[in-house]
Amino acid sequence: MTDRLVPGVRHAAGTCTCCSPDPADRGLSCEPASSGPLSGGEQLLKTRIENTLLRAIIPRAETRRAFLRAVGGTTAAAALAEFFPVLTATDAFAQAAPLEKKKLAVGFIPITCATPIIMAAPLGFYAKQGLDVDVVKTAGWAVVRDKTMNKEYDAAHMLAPMPIAISMGLGSTAVPFTVPAIENINGQAICLSLKHKDRRDPKTWKGLKFAIPFDYSNHNYLLRYFLAEHGLDPDQDVQLRVIPPPDMVANLRADNVDGFLAPDNIVQRAVFDGIGYIHTLSKEIWDGHPCCAFAASQAFATEMPNTYAALLRGLIEASAYASKPANRKQIAEAIAPANYLNAPVTVLEQVLTGTYADGLGGVKSDPDRVTFDPFPWESFAVWILTQMKRWGQVKGDVDYAGIAKKVFLATDAAKAMAAAGLAPPTTTSKSFSVMGKPFDPSQPEAYLSSFKIKRA
Amino acid sequence: MRVSLTARAAIVSVALFLVFIGAWHLATRGTSATAAMSPEYAKLMGVTATQGKSAMPGPVDVGEKLWGHLKRPFYDNGPNDKGLGIQLGFSIARVLVGYLIAVAVALPLGFLVGMSPLMHKALDPFIQILKPISPLAWMPLALYTIKDSSVSAIFVIFICAIWPMLINTAFGVASVRKEWISVARTLEVGTFRRVFTVILPAAAPTILTGMRISIGIAWLVIVAAEMLVGGTGIGYFVWNEWNNLSITNVIIAILMIGLVGMAFDQVLARVTRLVTFPE
Repeated sequence: MTDRLVPGVRHAAGTCTCCSPDPADRGLSCEPASSGPLSGGEQLLKTRIENTLLRAIIPRAETRRAFLRAVGGTTAAAALAEFFPVLTATDAFAQAAPLEKKKLAVGFIPITCATPIIMAAPLGFYAKQGLDVDVVKTAGWAVVRDKTMNKEYDAAHMLAPMPIAISMGLGSTAVPFTVPAIENINGQAICLSLKHKDRRDPKTWKGLKFAIPFDYSNHNYLLRYFLAEHGLDPDQDVQLRVIPPPDMVANLRADNVDGFLAPDNIVQRAVFDGIGYIHTLSKEIWDGHPCCAFAASQAFATEMPNTYAALLRGLIEASAYASKPANRKQIAEAIAPANYLNAPVTVLEQVLTGTYADGLGGVKSDPDRVTFDPFPWESFAVWILTQMKRWGQVKGDVDYAGIAKKVFLATDAAKAMAAAGLAPPTTTSKSFSVMGKPFDPSQPEAYLSSFKIKRA
Repeated sequence: MRVSLTARAAIVSVALFLVFIGAWHLATRGTSATAAMSPEYAKLMGVTATQGKSAMPGPVDVGEKLWGHLKRPFYDNGPNDKGLGIQLGFSIARVLVGYLIAVAVALPLGFLVGMSPLMHKALDPFIQILKPISPLAWMPLALYTIKDSSVSAIFVIFICAIWPMLINTAFGVASVRKEWISVARTLEVGTFRRVFTVILPAAAPTILTGMRISIGIAWLVIVAAEMLVGGTGIGYFVWNEWNNLSITNVIIAILMIGLVGMAFDQVLARVTRLVTFPE
């Protein structure tokens, strides 16, 4: 887990001595890869297996180096494949390896963002990896953070910016945390109380009180972004209040807040009970934005690499299953009971299938209202960091790319995705646009200074 | 025929209860106006929106649900969904552990403070400052330092239960009649014997009053603490059902919390009666 190779980037023959302190350990990975049907991640995995095999067959580094020099890496790989079916071994790697710990606790907040983490328990995705996982419902984000840092939870469902904040020591002591997988993309919405049903224009929202789930959340950043784009200063013109998602509907009913940018099923629940209406889906602000993340401390990943890998595989397989619209109804039923989300099945179905009541008498359909794509793009982290700086959560110089790479483990995700039979992307960064404004991850500072309303 | 006072009180109690249930039933029976909606839309909405049903459950709803819980008090559907009996069990266990530790600390310390004017003066500022702190204010600090949420909950119980016992013990010990102590001294009774045979029995009613106040507070606090930390317990149950906006279950939990609290109080009231003596 320590050396992170970038999938898809392969070294040319002859240049390998400069890319590794011990070329014999890198071995075959420095060779141009044969153009097979394998995706980047699978190729990477295969290369690793080949290296391990070679190391097992010729344990001494000098001998191995001499052997590679004499026959060439590709020939060696072919020779290996002759008497050892490497592809089968790749599968075996994806399955076996003794687990350091089988009984795990994974914390979650009862919202549909946690769908892959939760459903993996009742639908047997953890059990398939030989893990016995208790998914434990938790009262709020700060409690999830503390319990994960206390090691009461081995891993947890967190908001995507939280592991970045924890790693940087914002709002807690600094502990290196990682995001080996994003849970969901999209799936949030701005919901307003029905008493504001004629106040559709955000420019008229001055003085309203909004709830956000946590300071370090994309909900906070997206709502601030949305308000600022409409000319409202989120710190001056409205009040933003942190309320854990499960308490939001009750607060909206009690008139403590006028609306919220909240995760689903919370938004749909407000509609279901005739309290609020859906103003804007978060998808309309930034289509494909990450929301929640599967987070684990770096210590867990390094101390129990096999368990960590197995957990990640289970989760990614669950994500892949959840990403198929045909499975969504079954998932809604699986996660509705009191042991998991404790919410009406109708509400969950509306969220997951994307055919939903908007709270104003209309039925809308949007199959991408929420979807599941585990790949933790490093550019997501860079965007989050720009917003942290924009709103004054971090000050001074920020090592955007460095933090993104350290926290958002695109490579680990790619490996687990390949093992789950998915095709991981071959790059770790991509550009996207938020409310029509393009974001270039290589130019975070320029992006930041282009905003009019900011605290930085 | 003259009806006894107890019987008359019982009649009034029952009458009040019936009036309350009746008023509750009437208040929640009605349905309010609803906006017209297409059947397709109505299928996606809850009964509050479609039929204008009151979000507040009536006594019949609560009764039905309560019967369901009483029939299956100990079911276990996984870490986040356990029967009401199990949840109450967790809460009671937490309260008892925290409370017993508090007893073990408060009684000896109370004797010390009550018997030694020096210690009384020296410890008084600390007690006065620590006493009024809301137990839940300790929660973040406890979570941070203890690094275990269930131990933190027990700590919070401990810290809130200790003060009434400590203060009452000190007060009870300090106000034992001087004549009795003088008599003991004249008879050359040793300190330990004096503590156990003279002061303890004399101060016991006051000490037990403190213990009774403490258990009440401990039970009040556990609910709030469990709502914060979550996981298990009756406080978690309330929180979990509030998330689902299931007011019915919240009312049932409130009822249960009241009953258990009363049971605790009654037990200590009995014990107090046992140690009370006529002067």
